[in-house]
Amino acid sequence: MIKKILSSSWIGIVLLFMYSPILILTGYSFLDTPTIGASGNFSFQNYITLFTTPELMEMIIGTLTLALQCAIISTILGTLGAIGAFYSKKGMRGFVSASNQIPVVNADVVTGFSICVLLIVVFGLNKDSFIPLITGHVVMATPFVYLSVIPKLKQMDYNLYEAALDLGANARQALIKITIPQIIPGIVSGFLLAVTLSLDDYFITTYTKPATFNTISTYVVNATRGSNTELKTALWALSTLIFAIILFAVLVSNITTNRKAGEKNGRNQI
Amino acid sequence: MRYHFSRKQLCIPYAVFLTCFVIAPLVVIFYYAFTNGEGRFSISNLTGFFTSGNTIGTLFYSILISVTTTCVCLLIAYPVSYILARSKIKKKAILLAIFIVPMWINFTLRILALKEVLSMLEGNLAYHPFLNTIIGMTYDYLPFMILPLYTTLMKLDNQLLEAAYDLGAGKLETFIRVTLPLSLPGIISGVTMVFLPAMTNYVILDMLYNNTFIMGSLIGSYFNAYDWHSGSMISIVLLMIILIITWATKGFTEKEPEREAIL
Repeated sequence: MIKKILSSSWIGIVLLFMYSPILILTGYSFLDTPTIGASGNFSFQNYITLFTTPELMEMIIGTLTLALQCAIISTILGTLGAIGAFYSKKGMRGFVSASNQIPVVNADVVTGFSICVLLIVVFGLNKDSFIPLITGHVVMATPFVYLSVIPKLKQMDYNLYEAALDLGANARQALIKITIPQIIPGIVSGFLLAVTLSLDDYFITTYTKPATFNTISTYVVNATRGSNTELKTALWALSTLIFAIILFAVLVSNITTNRKAGEKNGRNQI
Repeated sequence: MRYHFSRKQLCIPYAVFLTCFVIAPLVVIFYYAFTNGEGRFSISNLTGFFTSGNTIGTLFYSILISVTTTCVCLLIAYPVSYILARSKIKKKAILLAIFIVPMWINFTLRILALKEVLSMLEGNLAYHPFLNTIIGMTYDYLPFMILPLYTTLMKLDNQLLEAAYDLGAGKLETFIRVTLPLSLPGIISGVTMVFLPAMTNYVILDMLYNNTFIMGSLIGSYFNAYDWHSGSMISIVLLMIILIITWATKGFTEKEPEREAIL
């Protein structure tokens, strides 16, 4: 009994530590005071500022556009790379899977800095072209797409591909109609992972971004240095919205996976 | 000659991409680390790093922060993962998801939230820079410790524990001699996921008003000063640390990377 109380209270304390800052910020995003701990009146002012300040909207749209572009490139590159490497000879497969590990274990600071040195210092590419920024994000995200596709390839039923060839499909048709559909879950989770990694990144972005462009991360860090309280409290509204969206997404995905698991169990019982 | 499509060719773009943007940048920073401003070979960057009290101090401060953060994360996360993995409640997955959700929120926004709460509690953040940094790092990296620990503890075979009890081991002895060794892969992979980022994530220090440098801040300041040679040398030192950690933990970690389990 004591054990149960102890363990539940530990879970409670850790959850309190993890969630109280976000929840307090959420609460204060609906008040008109710029100081946490002070009392204030209910107001949507922070949300109005968030959606009517061009600087903030540009930053949010810029971050989302960048994340989507990079995730699309990463998903294509990583999926093709995984399929190719999976069927390649040992040498090629070894090279791809080993170099794929580098950005995964490497510190983001080093990845960002090295890409900056290569593209901007050595090749003299203009930062304003967004090429270094997009390259950096793709380097960071593609390995995780690769890593989520590879296990699906390993689980795949090899006979189906052979059967398709026997039935007269050529290699390309068999790839599109047989292989890709079987690894779709891996591709989707790789894509989502790429989006979140890109949204969360600070270091690669700072080292490769155009001077006037900001993502949420770089904007927040600059804003904490500045003294504009109106923009600062608008960020509270932004973090509340992001928190709500993620909570909703997790809830939906949990319900759908539960339902799927339920269906599977039901089928097994039959 | 007719073009023949084969599945192997699909990895050519990615192989080229990896060569150009993963391998080549590393080669370039190696070159920069061992040359001076005039492009001649020089080890002054290397000797400069190891003879300057500032940089060595920074290295030790980073290691101190990393070790403390990792220990605190482990001490908080192990009981949490253990309780979650052993509990008999049905909706374990949802409970785990609650612990993992913060990982998906942009870390600068989370640190912003933490900063506001800490300033409310402490009044002035400048009084406890080290403590605040550890709290910030723990707050940021805790989910990365919980997830791999939970995954290994879930795989733990109940029969092994029962066998230990049958053979006369007490609860504590079973934990120390059975559970703990079996969860080592999870511990190692959690530690590697926390230790390294904690050495380089200088934004957390910046946002919480800790003016002391860690290894990452050195790269940041050399970047701002356009000193590519010294920055490359710091990157090389970090790469060496990464290499040592990867090599040292090679035998322990599981083959499948843990991070794919996130989604």
